[in-house]
Amino acid sequence: MTEKILIVGGGLAGTIIANGLCRQLGKELRANEVNITVIGNNEQHMYQPGLLYVPFGRIREKDLFRDQRSVLDRRVIFNVDPATKIDIASKSVVTESGAIFEYDYLVLATGSRLRPDTIPGMEEGAHWFYDLAGARKMREALESFDGGKIVVNVNAPHKCPVAPLEVTFMLRDYLKGRGLADKTEITYTYPIGRLHALEPVANWTQPEFDKAGIKYETFFNTKSIDAEKKVILSEEDSSIEYDLLVTIPPHNGSQVISDSNLGAGGWVPTERETLLHEGTSNVFVCGDTTNIPISKAGSTAHFEADTIVDNLSSLVTEGRMARKYDGKVFCFVETGMNQGTYVWFNYVTPPNPGAPSQMVHWFKLAYNRLYWLSARGLL
Amino acid sequence: MSKRTTIDARGAFCPGPLMELIATLKLVQIGDEIDVLSSDKGSAIDIPAWVGKVKHEMVEIAEETDHWHIVVRKIK
Repeated sequence: MTEKILIVGGGLAGTIIANGLCRQLGKELRANEVNITVIGNNEQHMYQPGLLYVPFGRIREKDLFRDQRSVLDRRVIFNVDPATKIDIASKSVVTESGAIFEYDYLVLATGSRLRPDTIPGMEEGAHWFYDLAGARKMREALESFDGGKIVVNVNAPHKCPVAPLEVTFMLRDYLKGRGLADKTEITYTYPIGRLHALEPVANWTQPEFDKAGIKYETFFNTKSIDAEKKVILSEEDSSIEYDLLVTIPPHNGSQVISDSNLGAGGWVPTERETLLHEGTSNVFVCGDTTNIPISKAGSTAHFEADTIVDNLSSLVTEGRMARKYDGKVFCFVETGMNQGTYVWFNYVTPPNPGAPSQMVHWFKLAYNRLYWLSARGLL
Repeated sequence: MSKRTTIDARGAFCPGPLMELIATLKLVQIGDEIDVLSSDKGSAIDIPAWVGKVKHEMVEIAEETDHWHIVVRKIK
C-alpha cells in the first residue's frame, strides 16, 4: 500500500521538505511504497529576500524567480492547484479545481500573507516591499522622491524580522547616493519599547540611528493612516506626518488555514519541538504557518524543514520520530549598501550579533544566488 | 463567555513575548484574556508598560520559579 505524503505549499519550506524526502526515501519511492505530492499556488518559486533590493533597483526581477518544477526533484508530483479546504478528520485536501487529495502524512507549509487591508488607510497611503507589486510601486515612488519626511513603520506580526532595519539603512545610503540625505528626515517606528525585537540588535541599532540622524519612535502600533493629510496614527495616541510612508504591514497566515478552522489568524497550533500540529501524529507544520513564538524567517523555515524531513523519513521507514527542532534561526542583517552582519539563536542560546563587515555583506549577496541550492535541499 | 489564550513564549528571543502579545490581541475578542508565559524578566516591565499605554487591562503578573505569567484582558 503506497503511503501518501502531501505537502500543501510550494514555498521554501514545502520545497525543501519535498526535495529532502526524495533524497532520504529513494528506495521507497522506486518501490512505490511512498509518493510525495506538492500542491502550490504558483508555477514560479520566488526568492522573497530579494524583494528588499527591488525598490532600490539593485536586483534584476528575473533573478527572483525560478520555475518551481525545475526546483523540485523530478520524483515529486507537483500540482499548481491552490488548496481551498484542509480536512484533518478525513485526511484529505480539496483544491480550487475540485480535486481531492488524500494523504497519510500531511505537511502544512502555506506561509503568511500581507494584510494592509486590516489597518484603515494603509492600502491608500503606504508603500511596502514585501510583495513584488508593492516593491515596484515603492521603486517608482522613490525615483520621484526629491526630499522630505520618510516614515518606516513596522507592524506586528510580520515575517523577516530584520528587513525593516535593512530597508532603513539602505534608504539612508540610497538617499546619500542621490544627494538627498540633507533634504530628508527618516523616522522609524516599532511596536515595542526598543528598535528591534532582539535586544542585542536593538542595542546595536540605536547608536547607528543616532549617528545617521535617523529619528525613531517606539511603542508605535498603527491604528490608521490618513492618506490625504499624510499622517499616521498609533494605538498609543501618537501621530507622525510623512511625505513617503514605507510600511511593514501586519501579516496573517493563509486563507485556507482560516477557512479550514485550523488556527486563528491562519496560524496553526504547532508543538515547538516535534513541529506536529497539536493533537495529531501525522500532520507537520513548517515555516510562517506555525503559531510557534519564533521568527517568521526563511532560515526558521529551513531548519524546521530539515527536522521534518528527518522525522517524516524516520516515520515512514522505522515508525518513529528521529529528532527535535531546537529553535534555530539564522538571519543576515544588511546594515547598508555594502556592510552586513548576522544573528543566530535557538531556544536556549540567546542572540549575539557581531560587528558589521563587508565580507558578511558579500556573503549575503552570494546567498541571494546560493538560496536555490537550499531550496533543492543541497545547502 | 470570555476565553483565555496562552502564549508560551519561554525561550522566545524573536519576536519575543510582547510582540506575540500584540499580534494575538488582534485575533481575540474584547473581554478575552491572554496569558503570556515568559522567561525574560524584561516582560514583567515592558508588557505592563505597553498595556498601560494602549489601555487594555493588566489582570495578573505572577512570578514562577523560572518564568513569569502575565495575563492581559483585551478591553477595546
